[in-house]
Amino acid sequence: MTDFPLVDHIPSLRRYARALTGDAWLADDLVQDTLERACSKWRLWTVGSDLRAWLFTLMHNIFVNQVRSAVRRAAAGTLVDLDDVADALVAEDNGTAQSLDLQRCLLRLPDDQRAVLLLVSLEDLSYAEVATITGVPVGTVMSRLSRARVRLRELMDGPAVAPASQSHTAPPLRRLK
Amino acid sequence: MQDKINALIDGQLPADQQAEVLARLTSDPAAQDTHQAWQAQRDALRAHYNPLLDEAVPDTLLAAATRVQQGRQQLNQWWRWGGMAAALMLAFGVGWLSHGQLDTQAGRQMAGAPALSAQAFVRQASLAHAVYSPEVRHPVEVPAAQQEHLVQWLSKRLGKPLKVPVLATQGYELVGGRLLPGEAGARAQFMFQNPAGGRVTLYLGALDGNAGASAGSSETAFRYSADGPVPSFYWMDQGFGYALSGAVSRDELMQLAELVHQQR
Repeated sequence: MTDFPLVDHIPSLRRYARALTGDAWLADDLVQDTLERACSKWRLWTVGSDLRAWLFTLMHNIFVNQVRSAVRRAAAGTLVDLDDVADALVAEDNGTAQSLDLQRCLLRLPDDQRAVLLLVSLEDLSYAEVATITGVPVGTVMSRLSRARVRLRELMDGPAVAPASQSHTAPPLRRLK
Repeated sequence: MQDKINALIDGQLPADQQAEVLARLTSDPAAQDTHQAWQAQRDALRAHYNPLLDEAVPDTLLAAATRVQQGRQQLNQWWRWGGMAAALMLAFGVGWLSHGQLDTQAGRQMAGAPALSAQAFVRQASLAHAVYSPEVRHPVEVPAAQQEHLVQWLSKRLGKPLKVPVLATQGYELVGGRLLPGEAGARAQFMFQNPAGGRVTLYLGALDGNAGASAGSSETAFRYSADGPVPSFYWMDQGFGYALSGAVSRDELMQLAELVHQQR
């Protein structure tokens, strides 16, 4: 009978959560929420299937739902720029000089692109696994990955980025995929 | 080309294609530039975040993980006891009356008592569920695509016309069925699955003389059993035992059991 080495996966989950949210506290909250969800849903995990992929799927769904409900709360009848609201769930810009910090640039990526980039680059998950975890076709994973890498490169190589509040031209609310 | 570059640096490119892609890069300066930049970016990401893997895990997270683990421990214990014993029991139809004890001659005589026989029946149902429901490739012997054949076959072996209940109103579809051993005759297991992949099984077969007879006279009583790897609702009807097992809530299990019983 297989073991259930849940504890072994915590460091990976923390690493992904930290890069995804940009904040140590938010990250550990997200991991905690994931573990609690795993507790109530463990019987849905089919013995012998990939535990790591299952945990990452749980975490991804929780993160996406948190962003969605933040959007709903903030929108309440008005058009909201998704980036403005999403920032509430990721680290705030602490207003220091515009350094080309990797984490800061990562946070400038749309959530769906950042998630795919991290799952592929940090977790060494296959494109098919990432497709399952994020619930989109492999083709979408590939396009998000390319866009993420292009955009991150621009952010890192380009001139110093302006703080979030100044750089928006109020694009309409985007549907989170 | 971007897809190929991604696949190359992420180790997702089959070996036979790697040489070809690398060759194309040498003749395409723009693509080569992208390749180098993205490779460096990937390395930078890993270098930046990998130290986190070595951090000590906070107590709160360890506690949460332990809670999940404890929830599964009950299942693990059943497997440690029952893994081998269950396989033997299912193969040879040996009744299993108590933890860790295989059936004996004396035990068999005890099993004449109806209550113990019913208990053994439902435990066997739960074990059969635990053995077969995790199977991805071979969960059943005859799939739902051959439902007519499945029903004919099992009805013949069980010596009674069987009907496969329809559980669609509860969101469950038939996966298929199989034949299993039993003391008083062969038993059948039907497996159902919902869209999330959750499974329940219906286990049925003749109970030996005493249990069948005494239960047949009174009205059908549903009994709940948390004994075994998964919970079950079970009942007896005209000499046959029925058990519905699955890793679902008691309420859901009861609704399913009632639905099955209504369609008999």
